[in-house]
Amino acid sequence: MAKVAILSYINRKSLVHELTGTTKLIFFILWSVASMVTYDTRILIGMLFISVLVFKASRIRVRDISVVLGLAAVFLVLNNFFVYLFAPEYGVEIYESRDVLLQIAGPYTITAQQLFYHFNMTIKVICVVPVALLFIACTDPSEFAASLAMIGVSYRVGYSVSLALRYIPDVQREYQNISQAQQARGIDLSSKDKLFTRLKNSVAILLPLIMSSLNRIETVSNAMELRGFGKEKKRTWYVQRRLKRNDWLVIGFVVIVLVVDLVVTFWDGSRFFNPFL
Amino acid sequence: MKKLSVKSVVAIGIGAALFFVLGKIAIPSPVPNTNISLQYSVAAVFATLFGPIAGLLIGFIGHTLIDATSYGPWWSWIIASAFFGLVVGFATMKMHVEEGVGKKEVIFFNVAQAIAHVLSWGLVAPVLDILIYKEPIEKLFAQGLMASVSNIITTGVVGTLLLLGYAKTVVKKGSLTKED
Repeated sequence: MAKVAILSYINRKSLVHELTGTTKLIFFILWSVASMVTYDTRILIGMLFISVLVFKASRIRVRDISVVLGLAAVFLVLNNFFVYLFAPEYGVEIYESRDVLLQIAGPYTITAQQLFYHFNMTIKVICVVPVALLFIACTDPSEFAASLAMIGVSYRVGYSVSLALRYIPDVQREYQNISQAQQARGIDLSSKDKLFTRLKNSVAILLPLIMSSLNRIETVSNAMELRGFGKEKKRTWYVQRRLKRNDWLVIGFVVIVLVVDLVVTFWDGSRFFNPFL
Repeated sequence: MKKLSVKSVVAIGIGAALFFVLGKIAIPSPVPNTNISLQYSVAAVFATLFGPIAGLLIGFIGHTLIDATSYGPWWSWIIASAFFGLVVGFATMKMHVEEGVGKKEVIFFNVAQAIAHVLSWGLVAPVLDILIYKEPIEKLFAQGLMASVSNIITTGVVGTLLLLGYAKTVVKKGSLTKED
């Protein structure tokens, strides 16, 4: 297996890093909601602009996340391609007008409306990407469970999330070990084998992996039970930090963004901003 | 709501870690640019063993981590993954894998996973995509159909074999017989 590109915590000193995990979690959730609700071009461009500014403030370099950005680009290009393939006149339907720019073949023409729809769809996704990446890159994973608890998620669920983050490297290492051992015995997962054989071969790796995971679940849950996990209604966290002035400012700001977003989007009863009429 | 037991908390955590690792591993499929998603087989097995809430959270946490570390979250599909775990967990609640897996259990598990996949990728994901991202219906249902078919086959083969393999390792009740 080739080394998988996984984005992880990058420790630097910056304004974004200094904010508490709770603030970043709230920002991330409300920002996603704001971008999901609207299709208004003016708001999306505004949000895109702000997210680029936040990215600059975090002192994370583009180089640090270039692999992830590449993946996001591939994803967007494919998505745009399929939308156009299946519905070349979709923009016309939404913006209720039709300006043909270029005739290709059959039903495939390029209209200004379709291009504008693709533009909106793309920036709707792009304006969340920097915020999501920063959330992962600037939040200390051990602070994450505490942040979830702060916004009212049950601490058991928060603990599940931190266990997941804690055991990802272990599971990954184990997968690699098992997979190499099985490959040495002639079990192949690459495209050289037939699809069905490949599926059957994957079981030879997954079954030992699941067995050892079930053992691990047994060990870890016994250890937690012995230490009295889940006895009390509440739990304190070693890494929890109090919200400071900057945290409140950021939370206030993202709430304002969401309110403006909702007002502008629902003011005229349409999610779309239509420059064609 | 019933509180999660300590064992479920750990099962969710490690299940989500498995979901994440398998989701990141690419096993090429015959259709270009798509991969075989092994993570749903494991999610289905874990949902069968640990119940609907565990299934739901494994899908949700695992898929969110995959998306957040690759290209920002695509919420509609994350919710569909969570929904898949929930449905499989509910459907198999009456099934006791510890007491052995026979023909009946295999059929039951496969019907459950097929229904869950069709509902998740053919209904939940496209409907949410329309609500949130306002994508054209034709594209979404073509995508949903593709995803359901390939996931049903993968989970059907891999999930079933995993379940059978697991059942073999569990010592059954009354497996000892008195020698005459």
